[in-house]
Amino acid sequence: MANMAQAIRMALHYCETNLDLKDVFGQDVGPPLGGVFTATQGLETAWNSPLDERGIIGMAIGLGLSGDRCVAEIQFGDYIFNTIDLLKIAGNTHWVSNGAYHLPIVVMTPVGAGIRGSIYHSHSFDAWATRLPGWKVVFPSTPLDAYGLMISAVQDPNPVLFLKPKALMRVRGEELLPGEPEDEKQLKKMIDAPVGDRSQWRPQWPQLAEYAVPIGKAKITRHGRALSVVTYGRNVLMCNQVADELQRDGINIEVIDLRSLIPYDWDTIRESVRRSGRVLFVNEDTEVTNFGEHLACRMTKELFYELLAAPRVLAAKNLPGIGLHPNLEEATVPQVGDIKQAILELLEEAP
Amino acid sequence: MATSKAKKSKTSAPRLGAKKSMANSKLDLPKDLLLNIHRLMVKSRVLEDRLIKIYKAGDAYFWIGGPGEEAFGVPLGLLIHKGKGPAYDFLHLHYRCSPTLVAMGMPMIDSIRLIMNRSTDPCTGGRNFANHYCFPEMNVTPVSSPIEVQYPIALGTAWSQRRFGGQGVSIVTGGDAGTAEGDFASCLVWASRKGSELPMLITVQNNRWGISTAFEGQHGESHIADRGKAFNIKTLVINGNDPIESYIKLRESLDYIRLKRKPVLLEAKVSRLYGHSSADGASRRPEEDCVEIFEEKLKRAGILSDRQAQSLWKEYEAEAKEAQETVRLEAPPARESIWEHVYFENENADWRKF
Repeated sequence: MANMAQAIRMALHYCETNLDLKDVFGQDVGPPLGGVFTATQGLETAWNSPLDERGIIGMAIGLGLSGDRCVAEIQFGDYIFNTIDLLKIAGNTHWVSNGAYHLPIVVMTPVGAGIRGSIYHSHSFDAWATRLPGWKVVFPSTPLDAYGLMISAVQDPNPVLFLKPKALMRVRGEELLPGEPEDEKQLKKMIDAPVGDRSQWRPQWPQLAEYAVPIGKAKITRHGRALSVVTYGRNVLMCNQVADELQRDGINIEVIDLRSLIPYDWDTIRESVRRSGRVLFVNEDTEVTNFGEHLACRMTKELFYELLAAPRVLAAKNLPGIGLHPNLEEATVPQVGDIKQAILELLEEAP
Repeated sequence: MATSKAKKSKTSAPRLGAKKSMANSKLDLPKDLLLNIHRLMVKSRVLEDRLIKIYKAGDAYFWIGGPGEEAFGVPLGLLIHKGKGPAYDFLHLHYRCSPTLVAMGMPMIDSIRLIMNRSTDPCTGGRNFANHYCFPEMNVTPVSSPIEVQYPIALGTAWSQRRFGGQGVSIVTGGDAGTAEGDFASCLVWASRKGSELPMLITVQNNRWGISTAFEGQHGESHIADRGKAFNIKTLVINGNDPIESYIKLRESLDYIRLKRKPVLLEAKVSRLYGHSSADGASRRPEEDCVEIFEEKLKRAGILSDRQAQSLWKEYEAEAKEAQETVRLEAPPARESIWEHVYFENENADWRKF
């Protein structure tokens, strides 16, 4: 099974071959490296840009204005913050031009903790991203979803932020991509560049097929009626693990992988919470003005009289950074134990 | 403070001896072109004067513009290969660009619709400030208020044009103070990479002010254009108050870019006749006036008569005034239109309806 980096690479190859994707660019995105996580290795359209985030986003906007489709990468989400006003401009271009211009661009960037990245390689960007009206924001948790969401993002006529969970870039999926060989060693041999001289290397792409995950549609990854957990990205795997553990104790937890943050799948969230009466929102951005707070607030307003417990948000501590030592990182962003504890506390609440 | 600013303005006029040099420079362009340039400069000035009057009459919330830059903006507009798509020139303008748009054929009334934020405003539907133009049919991309952001954005259209081939050029304009932003450096870096040079006309209209910060308060360099030399970019400094010099140098620069597919950095020294915006009063300042000087020159050369000139000013003033009266009666944007065009084809953007 492909890992997420390979899945994104194959999606981009599909897009440059079939969907008129003309440029994939950013720092170290082109040969020889193909991206620090190798998500752009071997692509025909990938090229190395100057080490200039504002130039990268500006270039993407200009390409979108000209009608060309591109995927621009900011090497780490931690370095996207100096482009926020340009992201804001990209988000308002269609609106301020009263519909005259639209920007079919994708910006992808790895986000979050889990790779021992210390202060500047552990930032989250999801709460910031959801405050950029005019953008759509997607955040996969599996290689297959990454593949399908990238294809949808490239096809979308609007700006799309594709947030990549750093900690999951090397995690293999449980489902095959359409056209992916079953043997993961064979896939590696076909599309992973060799170590050393790569100047003569060319990938052998499998016969990939279109597979689009619609933007705005969540996925229920565990079914249950005792409590609903709404999460995305890296935390999906943790929440699944907790649900599986609780299942063994006879407690059935529903886990919803949001996949798209903007627009978000409120129908799926609402119907799940209507069934369970209890909800926990989990993500690893900082807890103050967190995206989960928006969802919890809406939930409180709309389903107040149907809830059995107050909606709860479990997020990262409101700190200026994430420390390098595992003790520091794990005490800062939600871990499996934190999720389990929050769930058990919520289950104990009585109306 | 106001007195102090006015004194500074006197000393901060362009230092090329423009009035004298322009008065004595040759009329090296065909007579019809000279008269057309003059006509468009007058039209543009009348338009900007009217925009200020509209603001002062309370018919607009804010004015910002560039009266004093007609001798640069009009020739630029006349030299544009106008059209839609990468085969034609892309324009990434700032908010001192009315003369360029007037020269490209923008009707006065459209600019007035923009400043009076009517639903009929073709650029923004009543959503943005004066002079924040947007005309996709002419490759005029949306003007943004943050300064200098247009410089990295212009790289993208230029990259598309580089790939497309042809003669299309991306033109980006901005002010001298904005060159302090890193975006200006980004533009120079990306436009000049060896083997990946971009077909761009990068311009700076240097009026020696950034709101109330004088040129000397920001710059150590003698000419901003000199910064392009470090990137092996062809550079030049022109007297932007002389429409003949502007036309000739802009034409040479654009010819070079169209043929060589490489960038040019052009700095034009210009006047700033009405300050930054309504925020600092929008009142006339004692700087040389390119329209007055050029008009006198044409009269002295016998190309233009007093009667013709007066008639022109009156004609455009009447047109501008009538446009204001017309626009006053036009509908404002509807409150419910706020949700339109957040996403393509009005896909739902209201989270309450997710």
